[in-house]
Amino acid sequence: MNMNYTAEELAFRDEVRAFLDEKLPADIAAKVKGFRRLSKQDHQRWQKILTEQGWYATHWPEEYGGVKWTPVQKHIWDEESCRYGVPRSIPFGVNMVAPVIIKFGNEEQKQQYLPRILSGEDWWCQGYSEPGAGSDLASLKTRAVRDGDHYIVNGQKTWTTLGQHANMIFCLVRTNTEVKAQEGISFLLIDMNTPGITVRPIITLDGEHEVNEVFFEDVKVPVENLVGEEDKGWTYAKYLLTYERTGLAGIGLSKAALSHLKQLASRRLKNGRPLIEDPAFSQRISQVEIDLTAAAISNLRIIASVEGGGVPGAESSMLKVKGTEIRQAINDLARRALGPYALPFVEEELDLSYEGEFLSDENAAPLSAQYFNNRKLSIFGGSNEIQKNIVSKMILGL
Amino acid sequence: MDFRLNEEQQMLQDTVARLVRGEYSFEKRLEFSETDAGFSEDFWKQLGELGLTAVPFSEELGGFGGGGVEVQSVMTELGKGLCLEPYLQSVILAGGLIGQSGNDSQKEQWLAGIAAGELKAAVGLQEPQSFYSLNDVETRAEKNGEGYVLNGRKAVVIGGQCADLILVSARTAGSSRDSDGISLFAISPETAGVERRVYPTIDGSKGCDITLTNVQVGADALLGNEGQASNAIEYQTGRAIAALCAEAVGVMEVANELTLDYLKQRKQFGVPIGKFQVLQHRMVDMMSELEQARSMAILAASVADEEQSDERRRILAAAKNVIGRSGQFISEKGIQSHGGIGMTWEYNFAHYAKRLVMINHQLGDDDFHLERYATLLQAS
Repeated sequence: MNMNYTAEELAFRDEVRAFLDEKLPADIAAKVKGFRRLSKQDHQRWQKILTEQGWYATHWPEEYGGVKWTPVQKHIWDEESCRYGVPRSIPFGVNMVAPVIIKFGNEEQKQQYLPRILSGEDWWCQGYSEPGAGSDLASLKTRAVRDGDHYIVNGQKTWTTLGQHANMIFCLVRTNTEVKAQEGISFLLIDMNTPGITVRPIITLDGEHEVNEVFFEDVKVPVENLVGEEDKGWTYAKYLLTYERTGLAGIGLSKAALSHLKQLASRRLKNGRPLIEDPAFSQRISQVEIDLTAAAISNLRIIASVEGGGVPGAESSMLKVKGTEIRQAINDLARRALGPYALPFVEEELDLSYEGEFLSDENAAPLSAQYFNNRKLSIFGGSNEIQKNIVSKMILGL
Repeated sequence: MDFRLNEEQQMLQDTVARLVRGEYSFEKRLEFSETDAGFSEDFWKQLGELGLTAVPFSEELGGFGGGGVEVQSVMTELGKGLCLEPYLQSVILAGGLIGQSGNDSQKEQWLAGIAAGELKAAVGLQEPQSFYSLNDVETRAEKNGEGYVLNGRKAVVIGGQCADLILVSARTAGSSRDSDGISLFAISPETAGVERRVYPTIDGSKGCDITLTNVQVGADALLGNEGQASNAIEYQTGRAIAALCAEAVGVMEVANELTLDYLKQRKQFGVPIGKFQVLQHRMVDMMSELEQARSMAILAASVADEEQSDERRRILAAAKNVIGRSGQFISEKGIQSHGGIGMTWEYNFAHYAKRLVMINHQLGDDDFHLERYATLLQAS
């Protein structure tokens, strides 16, 4: 039993810290740490810096421009980047479609798409969920019918995160209605500028525009945009979902949010004393910190097992459930720490260049909205109910 | 023992229900929320014309002489529509404070207007540092000739953005957090030195912070005896807690109806998702929470207008604690049962979910009232 980093791993951590000290733009880090909105340009600016460093594609083989990090190194990167306020990578290109193209795509597709992902030329979004196909993804209805050198696509995708910025979408489409639901699905790469595609914003309860509906009306997609074989898309989709699930526990993000919460609670007052000194509130913070400690060790156990050649299985599902519950609990406490000031929604204070007086606290403005927004954590990436189904089936054999 | 409403109370509740159903569609509410006032002036007028703003007032004020149960009937229906009008602030709190503390001329000047819905009043009892404590008052009122000069800041005054009259607590003696030495003043927002910073609230309403800078008021602005307002403030906040609990029950009822409908309609894996046991049990839990909340709202209503006692204090703290927890439970579990759709602006459920969580941030959250309850328990 050894829970310490090796000398090499410690050296890597120093390297990561030196890089972030030098290259992470202060304005971007301030936005991330203060839970402010990031623009498309913010994401692109940071991606360029990462690509120049050669650290953007951590899931890719080196021959395609990836960096070969061990699971522990990836973990160190995750910890440090959350601590420093590094923007979350938009995963759809680099961590989702790219591994599928690398594993199942042909050489031309690799040549065409991978460099454009690295350079940031393409912004990908994900076309999986449909209004009628959420947890039951395999029931998706968007149709792709072969017509000469093209597929004609008709249907609708939903919950398309940041689709408003994207120029490419990878879609699960139905190519065969004669077979079992899972066996008639194909994996298509579609240019968002193709005629017949309409993107409509979905505004969430916090007033944010993060997700979209994407409509397809007689959209002509060249057959060379099919990944792998026709009707085999479900296999590729499942492969991709294993990538999606790792990291959804958000341990690093929870640590950052907890430290933010403690700072907030030491500035807010109750009975003339900092709220963090209030016995009940400090116990609430302590409880979530204790739970986070346990989850962080569970996370390390999974990482160590993968480092030793294991495959992360249903354990990541368990960790997704715990991790998201913990993060939601932290958001709940941050909202509670504001007391009556949880009510005002002072949008102008979300802007980092805001120079007026803060209504209550410099970091209050996003907190209630964030609490509501992060209810999504237990819904997306496979809802927590679905994760529990996976655990009960795969681990418990129930 | 009979928990049913009597005929008059039932008629009252039906009247409000009809009005809300007719005038307060989800789409209209979104429009009302966007206006400068933050609610429907027209709907408020109708509440006045139908005598609903007069429910808790005496008959000589054109009122109904209604008690906790009548107020509960009104508030629950307003809750079902997520109504944005300042009923709680103006009718219950301000009306109650003036009724309890005001002298004859003050009552004459303001109460009839409030009861008719013609005068809108708001109440500023919280401050930036006060969290939920009503005695944590740093705003000062210094005697100045015949009147007073007020300096300080009142926090999150819901309805303050459009109030004709604002009641504020201010310290005339003692140090921060003493219950003695707090006085209550009625000021016009037009008075020199009164500055309002108006903002929307995350649950679709509007409020403001009010900064008072050398605000000169006459002696006639003082409500009740100098330095002795804390009893009235506590008592009337108790009535408001009972009313807010009733509103919360209305919000929860609709939230649960919407969630249950969704469980029956939404199909995944070839069946309505309500066929899945994990969702069935969760829905049962949500219903149990609603019933717990309803019971406490009834209990709170039954003591709202009783004489002050530790028993009344305990019940109101207990009620607000239960409502806070049930509300958050129904909000969070309802969103989860809906999935993504429960988080969208265009679907009304999300707005019920937000209101429920924010009710916990008005008049003290579940932690605050648990602590209050425990303190009373230790003292008994």
